[in-house]
Amino acid sequence: MKAAGCPECGYPVLPHHGFCEACGVPLRGAASPAPKARARPAECVECGSTEISDGFCGQCGLRQPDGREHVEVTTPTAAGVSDRGRRHSRNEDAMAVVETGGRVIAVVCDGVSSAPRPEEASQIAAETGAAMLTAQLDAGADTEAATRAAVLRAGKAVAALAASEHEAPACTYVSAVVDVGAVTVGWVGDSRAYWISDGTGARPSTVLTADDSWAAQMVELGVLTPAQAHADVRAHTLTSWLGADAGELRPRVERFEPGGPGAVVLCTDGLWNYLPEAAELAEAVHRARAGDPARPPLEIAGELVRTALDAGGHDNVTVVLIPFPPPEAGSPYPAG
Amino acid sequence: MPEFTIKVDQNRYLPVGGREVHAIVTVEATGAGAAAAATSAAEVIIIDTSGSMSFGDKMAEAKRAAKAAVDVLRDGVRFAVVAGFNLARPVYPADETLAVASPQTREEAKRAIGRLDASGGTAIGSWLRMAHKLMSRHGAGVRHAILLTDGKNQHETPAELDAALAEVNGGFVCDCRGVGTDWEVAELRKIASAMLGSVDIVADPRDLEADFRAMAEKAMGKAVADVALRVWTPQNGTVKFLKQVAPSLEDLTGRRVESAPQSGDYPTGTWGDEIRDYHLCVQVPPSDVGRQMRAAWVKLVVPDGAGGEQVLASGNVLAEWTDDEAKSTQINPRVADYTGQAELAAAIQEGLAARREGDVDTATARLGRAVVLARQAGNEQIGRLLERVVDVIDPVTGTVRLKKNVDKVDEMSLDTRSTKTVRTRKDGG
Repeated sequence: MKAAGCPECGYPVLPHHGFCEACGVPLRGAASPAPKARARPAECVECGSTEISDGFCGQCGLRQPDGREHVEVTTPTAAGVSDRGRRHSRNEDAMAVVETGGRVIAVVCDGVSSAPRPEEASQIAAETGAAMLTAQLDAGADTEAATRAAVLRAGKAVAALAASEHEAPACTYVSAVVDVGAVTVGWVGDSRAYWISDGTGARPSTVLTADDSWAAQMVELGVLTPAQAHADVRAHTLTSWLGADAGELRPRVERFEPGGPGAVVLCTDGLWNYLPEAAELAEAVHRARAGDPARPPLEIAGELVRTALDAGGHDNVTVVLIPFPPPEAGSPYPAG
Repeated sequence: MPEFTIKVDQNRYLPVGGREVHAIVTVEATGAGAAAAATSAAEVIIIDTSGSMSFGDKMAEAKRAAKAAVDVLRDGVRFAVVAGFNLARPVYPADETLAVASPQTREEAKRAIGRLDASGGTAIGSWLRMAHKLMSRHGAGVRHAILLTDGKNQHETPAELDAALAEVNGGFVCDCRGVGTDWEVAELRKIASAMLGSVDIVADPRDLEADFRAMAEKAMGKAVADVALRVWTPQNGTVKFLKQVAPSLEDLTGRRVESAPQSGDYPTGTWGDEIRDYHLCVQVPPSDVGRQMRAAWVKLVVPDGAGGEQVLASGNVLAEWTDDEAKSTQINPRVADYTGQAELAAAIQEGLAARREGDVDTATARLGRAVVLARQAGNEQIGRLLERVVDVIDPVTGTVRLKKNVDKVDEMSLDTRSTKTVRTRKDGG
């Protein structure tokens, strides 16, 4: 293991360091930037007017890019890509990825468009969830308990955005904690976690979450087949979400032992709409890696996003890819 | 200054090539109470003293009503009482000035009101001019008038009235009341509209006192005047219409005054603690799927008293183009509801006009449609008034028969109150 340099001051740092010991800059973790993080363009991207106010052009009225149209984040091990897609005016998805103590923590959220300020809901949920998970796990909490606590904390943060119950920002939430032996996922809504198997003794690829959606409910009740349910206009109607109008939250948490190498993919429906089956997603991951087994996670996540865009990009797309097991933990399995 | 908020309720999604954006803009003012007490205010009470007022007990009740309104004026408010006939005569103070309300001036004013006699004709334009003259000396602040008439504007031509309305435009807000049934609804509605005030019928003169007291109390609750809705639209965009839709219908489209490039101001008058809804329709140039546009930027502006202005609140009306028909074909429920209520008012007014002209078919069709719309809107008051003018055979299809004998009061009440709306809320109901 070689010591890398701090990106800020060059002081040698080790992968498990959370902060540079010389200058104190945070080393791990990255999240979608807040909309305000980027300076506003001086000129309207449409008409060139320099009158920009409140994010809108003062002449033609066009909403200006907020910096979340395309976001990439990387940690030493994992990577995420989030994109506006081709049909939406904004990216209302958000993600946060943190590496700490030999594990990777990731949260992906999808703002509910029919509610106000969905981009704020997803942002605060992803950041709060990841921060809570990090704090709890660093303090030695049980992974499943920490996962549950993080969902609840994120739910509170989203609920606090609401002016009233009738104007409540809302979002989905899926988190993963990937450590040396297991993957622990927690979720509310229809953003998903997948296990992508590399073969070689690992359990086969599978969906780790079960959507809180109308379609999933219909299938669960045995009323419709998955194909019928997903063809219905109500398919994506959420049955559970984070927000002030969500009622009591019952986050679902699952622990999964992969038994061999592979990767965990967290994604919003902007991706899984096009690749709903675990096998299809696995094939896409393997295709992206064909010819280069060491291809960086960022490039693979980017390929997956591109797949969704090429298929129409009807929604915002967010993909986080986390190799299993996290390499610095020392792999007990042969490389795939 | 009360606190103002603007809320926008709309479906921002447009189909490919779509241009027309609708939104319900809700303006709410809160905390006006303390501010109102400290606000400089002027009140002019205009009483019709034409000869016809001497019939029945109209004059006596009008005097009682005017006295009740005077009693409500808080100390320090500037006020005057004006008698209206072929001309306008200051009753109190007698010298074309405004008095400062105090226990003494209120008593003096009431004594002067008590001495009023009825004789002469009706020339409302001249009454408004007098009120304007008095109030223009008062300067800024809340300027309000109450106007009572019992007859048609017979001693002025419509052109003379229009000229007077144009002259006093924006000078003050005027609530208009017609007592009895010899006045003309359309005429008084036009005056009230132009003066940004309400209009109502007081069929029984005995109800005047309570009504006047309520109007004066409401006027005393106003904390800020000369408030305008400023609507910015994108280049090549236009405001197709802007209507107040609650608590009553008022088309403000024609009241636009250009305030800056791409911006126009629409007058809303004075504000106390209240909520008003506006239906805004803008046309914008279409953009690409996935693009979002500010289709209108709505601001509430008021002069700051130092030659500048203050923005009290603002809100965005958005447009976003989508190829998802499930999104673009949804009509916002409140837009739909207020569209129905506007149609209801038009159906009533057209139906009653046709009935007066003896066009039974049109009257039956339009009033039948009104029955359906009143039911949809949940407007029970209008529903009851309609039932006094037509026999409802089937309220669902709007099958009605015109009643043979309709009380003039009922017809005029229906006409006058046709523009009163039922406020809709986002959460249904």
